Amino acid sequence: MREANMENNDAADRDLDPEARAHEAAMREIADTADTPAGSHQKDLGGLSTGIMMEHFVADVGSTPVTATDSRSAEGAPVSLWRDAWRQLRKKPTFVIAALLIVLVIVVALFPQLFWTENPSAAATQCLLENSNGKASAGHPMGFTAQGCDVYSRVIAGTRASLMVGLFTTIGVVVIGGIIGALAGYFGGWIDGVLARLGDVFFALPLILGALVVMQLPFFKAHRGVWTLVVVLVLFGWPQIARIMRGAVVEVRNADYVVSARSLGVSSLGILMRHIIPNAMAPVIVIATISLGTFIVAESTLSYLGIGLPPGMMSWGNDISDAKDAFRSNPMPVFWPGLALSLTVLSFIMLGDALRDALDPKARKK
Amino acid sequence: MAWYLVKRLLQLIPVFLGATLLVYFLVFMTPGDPLDALCGDKGCTPGVAAALTKQYHLDDPFFMQYFHYIGNLLTGDLGVNFSGREVSSVLADAFPATIRLAIIALIFEAIFGITFGLYAGLKKGGWFDSTVLVLSLVVIAVPIFVLGFVMQYFVGVKWGLAKPTVSGAADWSDLILPGIVLGLVSFAQVLRLTRTAVSENASADYVRTATAKGLTRGRVVRVHILRNSMIPVATFLGMDLGALMGGAIVTEGIFNVPGIGNQLYKALTLGDAPMVVSVVSVMVIIFCVANLVVDLLYAWLDPRIRYA
Repeated sequence: MREANMENNDAADRDLDPEARAHEAAMREIADTADTPAGSHQKDLGGLSTGIMMEHFVADVGSTPVTATDSRSAEGAPVSLWRDAWRQLRKKPTFVIAALLIVLVIVVALFPQLFWTENPSAAATQCLLENSNGKASAGHPMGFTAQGCDVYSRVIAGTRASLMVGLFTTIGVVVIGGIIGALAGYFGGWIDGVLARLGDVFFALPLILGALVVMQLPFFKAHRGVWTLVVVLVLFGWPQIARIMRGAVVEVRNADYVVSARSLGVSSLGILMRHIIPNAMAPVIVIATISLGTFIVAESTLSYLGIGLPPGMMSWGNDISDAKDAFRSNPMPVFWPGLALSLTVLSFIMLGDALRDALDPKARKK
Repeated sequence: MAWYLVKRLLQLIPVFLGATLLVYFLVFMTPGDPLDALCGDKGCTPGVAAALTKQYHLDDPFFMQYFHYIGNLLTGDLGVNFSGREVSSVLADAFPATIRLAIIALIFEAIFGITFGLYAGLKKGGWFDSTVLVLSLVVIAVPIFVLGFVMQYFVGVKWGLAKPTVSGAADWSDLILPGIVLGLVSFAQVLRLTRTAVSENASADYVRTATAKGLTRGRVVRVHILRNSMIPVATFLGMDLGALMGGAIVTEGIFNVPGIGNQLYKALTLGDAPMVVSVVSVMVIIFCVANLVVDLLYAWLDPRIRYA
């Protein structure tokens, strides 16, 4: 019942005039600080202070404002930012297309055997030089490479490495950059200064250039693979997330619910983990989604330059690198992995773009 | 203003030192005796080994070695590469081509990105805006080496509109196609940034005031909307120099441009560590200085920003 109410009210309150909104917000604030325990109401007020989320309960005619706000489900509010975003998102064709493509790419990466016509890892029997640079034929819709390998099967098999690098780099960057940014933003002072300068140092080295240097190290040269590449990309990718996290944390650091939690004796770590970070996550998730695409590009660029994934590993970047010398006589082995790469990256960027619009109602109103 | 400049230059020092220290540490503090690398399989006689040790300060502690390196770097002595050539003379030969390439890319992305972005932002929601928004995402998603090959194949080989590879002299006209390829991704980003800023500013109070005062539409757009929208774009163009230098490695390889990126790529494939460190250090300096210049540009773009 209450859920249904929330839905209706959500639609209704968009038409409220600003004064009524302000009144509602003020009443809610009073009621919340008075009645709810410190831990449970952080998110709705957090939305208020960041301006990200506005949801108001419209009282039934007979009820007083205080009971009206009181009857509002405290758990309902945090869901509603995402539910509101979801309502926006599912109407957007770019989001639907991007999400479907990403699901497809993930399925291909997890179960390539469902898609390929022949397992390209058993290459000894499959790559026949008589097929060298062959045109597309039945069962081989994308033609053959200079080595006579089936391009289609290689494109399917290369999905996993590229996606893994993108995904794990993004996770690493969000964890490390998020922690550093949150610490810098929350504690401020000299910790902020030191961490900001540290970030500047890594920021001054553009991602590709920094990765070029690190991949030259004997250790990284000897252990080339998905995980070394992830480490290198995280090393130069974290400052961006750290800056965004820091900004978001500074914004909510002095919000009323944080002050009230602090005055109730919650420890710094508890405030950080339970109150501040959850409220600062929205911009981080948006940037992380877009970064996932750029990390896949970085992986393929490094592989293309011959210093990314080891030559034996099947990935789109390696395939393009192998095929580039014969490009003018047989462009297809460059074209198809390039297309797969571009579509995957495009999906993540489109997804991030749609998320940004959905999570930022301020931009939507205009 | 002068005080601000001094302050910013001072702030640049720790960043520069940190970045070069990082690169230096990564490359030179790896396991293995540098003497083995210098002497080859046969090994050196003790006398030669002692001379080499003295020449490269191999006996000094790490930080002393690093300061020798920084001292040499700042006086223009970048050491020699694996083939025994002075790195500084290699760079002097290669730099003009790369600078021409980067200028073409920057001009391309600035002019077209800002023009298209301005138009899309003023008519937000129109057909041009929607088309350009989707197309720009597509351009951003395509990696530069795929873009390079496709452009080279169609524009250079199939249609014969431009030379597919660059001649030894690397003239301006030769570099137009590689420059556009290099600038294409950033062009899409400049376009999107300009569009967002313009559409935000177009509904600002001061724009309405300017229109109400009776200023012409052209003046409102130029002075009140565009100039106020330029700060994020200028920041991006400064930051973008780093991406351009990374992209130059790929683009110069594809189009055979005899520039810095090509030299860096060659050094990478040869495993020529001193060359890699020197080139990257120089690029970091350029990157830092470019960002300083952008900071100073803010004052011109937005007179409210005072450098106190």
